[in-house]
Amino acid sequence: MRSALSATIGIIERDLRLAFRRKGDVAQVLVFFVIVASLFPLGTGAEPNQLRAMGPGVVWVAALLAALLSLGRLFAADHADGSLEQLMIAAHPLTATVVGKTLAHWLTTGLPLTLLAPLIGVQYDLPAPALAALVASLALGTPVLSLIGAVGAALTLGARGAAVLLALLVLPLYVPVLVFGAGAVGATLIGLPHGAHLSLLGAFLAFSIVFAPWATCAALRIALD
Amino acid sequence: MLQVATLQADSLACERGGRLLFKALEFTLAPGTLLRVAGPNGSGKTSLLRILCSLARPAAGRVLWSGEDAHALGEDYTRRLAYLGHQSALKEDLTPRENLRFALRLTGLAPPEAALGEALARLGLAGREDVPARYLSQGQKRRAALARLALAQELPLWILDEPLAALDVDAIETVVALITAHLDAGGMTVLTTHQEIAFASASILHVVLRG
Repeated sequence: MRSALSATIGIIERDLRLAFRRKGDVAQVLVFFVIVASLFPLGTGAEPNQLRAMGPGVVWVAALLAALLSLGRLFAADHADGSLEQLMIAAHPLTATVVGKTLAHWLTTGLPLTLLAPLIGVQYDLPAPALAALVASLALGTPVLSLIGAVGAALTLGARGAAVLLALLVLPLYVPVLVFGAGAVGATLIGLPHGAHLSLLGAFLAFSIVFAPWATCAALRIALD
Repeated sequence: MLQVATLQADSLACERGGRLLFKALEFTLAPGTLLRVAGPNGSGKTSLLRILCSLARPAAGRVLWSGEDAHALGEDYTRRLAYLGHQSALKEDLTPRENLRFALRLTGLAPPEAALGEALARLGLAGREDVPARYLSQGQKRRAALARLALAQELPLWILDEPLAALDVDAIETVVALITAHLDAGGMTVLTTHQEIAFASASILHVVLRG
């Protein structure tokens, strides 16, 4: 158990170090998020009530697409240079590796997205309580995006047209997170409590923490066989 | 109970893309023995090595480590082996030193920092330890990957896929010396190579795949 934990920490440290060496990859995702979220007001006109109404959904969809964009490199780079084989036959369980890589993915995409979201929220004239709900829902929801995304990334590893396949596979699974994530912010906007939405997001998170790493390991074993 | 570790292939078969590459492959590797896998391109050498690492499943048969199914042993088996694949598993953005440190950590080894430098110097990378691997030549990258062997003497089983490819004469000499030392210390090595290298001391087993 101890060794598995230290292995997970080792993987996180490595992936963060790699992300730090390629700051461009991380920045790309964040810039994509900001641009997508900023395009909507340009297309729909800047009527404040309308913006406020569509703000939560737009920010959440943009976050979802940005997370999807970054999934491609979760395992593909390690697969291409042979590192994944070494990770599969390490001295510790594969689950420790998968948990570490997923957590590192969240730290380099989900977490910055969550921290950046209030800024976009202000663009949509969301009031302070709604901004708080937005951050809370993203903090609970983006780890689910990374966990489920890891399963998809592992399943499409080495497939032709993997990027499109990954989107087709993963986006439907993101729907519940989107519904309750944007729902939490929407509820706050009309003065309703959003506790139930956050509880459900928490339940999704708990569920995917248990099952997603296991499914990812199985998918990786198949991909490399 | 003292048990001598052995690696045994129990009627292994491998199928790739609907074609049977080999079947009923049997051998037993005892400590201090080198297994040299030979055969033309596409005859299944890499596939055999990946099966021995339990990265791939054989179409039939089993790999036995000291009599136990290697696949069932899981990490108890894989933490005993050092595998060098066709690709060097080097991260281009990390330096040889960082790559080496991480590769050893994966196999559960944590040698002191000074030893990392010595291992890299032994493979002729002195002065290049802290340059991102992407600035190294093919041969230097291979050397950086092989530096792991200098610190993995305590792992009983080495599985090396074309370890001598892209290396110059000096580096080949170093790697052969590392393998010989490993065998002399009671280790086992499985390797594929197209080079005609004579391993002086070891008892050698040959497997020839016909394709």
